[in-house]
Amino acid sequence: MSSRDIVLGRIRRALTDVPREETPENSPVPRDYWDTHARRSDAQRLDLLAENLADYRALVHRCPPSGLPALIAELLAARGARSVVAPPGIPADWLPDEIERVADDPSMPPRELDALDSVLTGCAVAVAETGTIVLDAGADQGRRRISLVPDHHICVVRAPEQIVDSVPQALARLDPSRPQTWISGPSATSDIELDRVEGVHGPRTLEVVLVSAADEG
Amino acid sequence: MSGTYLGMPSFPTAAAASTRDMRLRGNLRHATHTIRAKREQAVAELGDWQELRAAGAALKERTLRHLDHYLEQLEDAVTAAGGHVHWAQDAAEANRIVTDLVLRTGESEVVKVKSMATQEIGLNDALARAGISAHETDLAELIVQLGDDLPSHILVPAIHRNRDEIRDIFRSKMGDRGRAAPKNLSDDPRELAEAARLHLREKFLNAKVGVSGANFMVAETGTLVVVESEGNGRMCLTLPETLISVVGIEKVVPTWQDLEVFLQTLPRSSTAERMNPYTSTWTGTTDEDGPSDFHLVLLDNGRTDALADTVGRQALRCIRCSACLNVCPVYERAGGHAYGSAYPGPIGAILTPQLRGVGSELDASLPYASSLCGACYEVCPVAIDIPEVLVHLRERVVEGGTVSVRGRRTTVKPAKGHAAERAAMRAARWTFEHPRALRAGMRMASHARRLTPRRLPLPGAGRAWSDSRDLPRPAPESFRDWWRRTRGPDAGSADSGKAEVRERGERRDGGAR
Ligand code: SF4
Repeated sequence: MSSRDIVLGRIRRALTDVPREETPENSPVPRDYWDTHARRSDAQRLDLLAENLADYRALVHRCPPSGLPALIAELLAARGARSVVAPPGIPADWLPDEIERVADDPSMPPRELDALDSVLTGCAVAVAETGTIVLDAGADQGRRRISLVPDHHICVVRAPEQIVDSVPQALARLDPSRPQTWISGPSATSDIELDRVEGVHGPRTLEVVLVSAADEG
Repeated sequence: MSGTYLGMPSFPTAAAASTRDMRLRGNLRHATHTIRAKREQAVAELGDWQELRAAGAALKERTLRHLDHYLEQLEDAVTAAGGHVHWAQDAAEANRIVTDLVLRTGESEVVKVKSMATQEIGLNDALARAGISAHETDLAELIVQLGDDLPSHILVPAIHRNRDEIRDIFRSKMGDRGRAAPKNLSDDPRELAEAARLHLREKFLNAKVGVSGANFMVAETGTLVVVESEGNGRMCLTLPETLISVVGIEKVVPTWQDLEVFLQTLPRSSTAERMNPYTSTWTGTTDEDGPSDFHLVLLDNGRTDALADTVGRQALRCIRCSACLNVCPVYERAGGHAYGSAYPGPIGAILTPQLRGVGSELDASLPYASSLCGACYEVCPVAIDIPEVLVHLRERVVEGGTVSVRGRRTTVKPAKGHAAERAAMRAARWTFEHPRALRAGMRMASHARRLTPRRLPLPGAGRAWSDSRDLPRPAPESFRDWWRRTRGPDAGSADSGKAEVRERGERRDGGAR
């Protein structure tokens, strides 16, 4: 007998108390928890996202669509970044000419990726109540490793359409067959005497740009 | 004690040793109190916490009651998505499967992200015997591994180490396993974290094989979920070519939607955050993104025996948030090592004896490592009634009975007169001789009387007494509280923890129970 059969056999013997007529679906699960913890306007949702991102030490910037390229240029210049990995879905005019744009190339050795200054991505969805951005390897987000290895991550969120209130709403929008990374602030550890230190292995600086037509002046 | 829990002394012996260690106690106290204050805030932010808790418990219950169905569904989904599924009856088989998989890649090093299942089975030692070095990559696990000792807390495994000790460990040991720490390394946590970043980055960038556990596996879609803070998990899950995940069979949840419950309760209950910094999900393999070879090892190792016990089964709902450790007066005194397994604290006291049986002195003593105060139940995000299971396991130690051992119904004899009984008695005595632990216990009991067992199953001589007499019900106000109320807060005790205990107790008045 295979181990598979043995383990499944043990499980079935262990569950003899479960009535025959009980199916997985009719084993009751109360779902009276909430879909969202408040009703919010688009503007309130955007503000809450900004607040919660900042609370977990992401650097938050806001701009209208027309101001995006200038803001990105400014953020890169402030760090002295010269090389930026950007997936194909990032429009060419988002990056200034003097910056070396590096493609998201699966054959690139991790060490080369490590030598790049920054990464620029979009996101699949953002969660206001938790201050989370979710990347799902879409065309403007790229492979998982590009938002991991470089030390500086700029992530662009389009408001209001990419922002949801809550975790349940985010999951409903996402496709589980795509690899996902949920990011809530830069990486952190409290392993040494519970002192929080930001940035252990992921990008130590996370900048989130919230782009909203409502901010058009 | 190089990385193994075998042959550990029984709970009271180990606990007595660690209560003598003032530093460990100070650190633990600071850690548990800090985390639990923050946690209360994070939980209070959600007005539907009790509903989420009820849903989480029910979802896990549904899964456990139909575990065969969900595991088969999971296996199909993972396989369809390009992954390979292996089944392991016990630790030895799981270790053999992983070792073979690593050897097949021709590699002699693997990077690991913290996983309690691999700790439970002693995977690192098994790999070492096959000439494979496993590098732990969580900061705390790295400290533990370099310091050649054992984790003491689920969430902050190196909580028993101070910063100056960590600096010394990094300075003297990092060089042996790769990039050395800078000579002038200070004990500033920032510098220590930076040293770890540089040391481990070398490993990540070269890694060909990653080993992980998982917090959840979604039966419907075959998706695995890893919840973490530092980013070492993402490194291990995405940079290597081969990924091997060792996961207990109880970690399955029915649907993708069900994650909406646990992704809300786990971070808040665990690290007291709205959301942890990083959560990774993956389904089989993805072309040119992450590992091209994915293996899932489904681990039984005693879980089906726990499943067969209709009272003990609920321990398998655990999502390893560690909230129960942080509120446990006995854990705070005894420290994590005293529990002698990968699972410390209240959850360890009910899980370990079920996974391993109550045959050894240590395992027979664990159900007594509690004052039955019920605080662990109240914080548990999947509503595991830990006191109920403890009482049930005490009965098993004392009276014996029919249990499942490796899937076979077996009758165990009462521990009466055996070494196990003596260990259990010592544990009970240890708990009752620590006034603070007991006081917190009695106080909680009076606020949550339903939790108190009607009969106190004491072993041996005490048993006749407890069999024939109902345990006196706790008075609405315990004697100690009355004493303190009428004599003022400083009466009769030099225990600095009392204000805190009082505050908790008061908030419990009229609470959920
Ligand atoms: S038993 Fe409950 S509180 Fe304790 S670690 Fe498990 S889920 Fe958390």
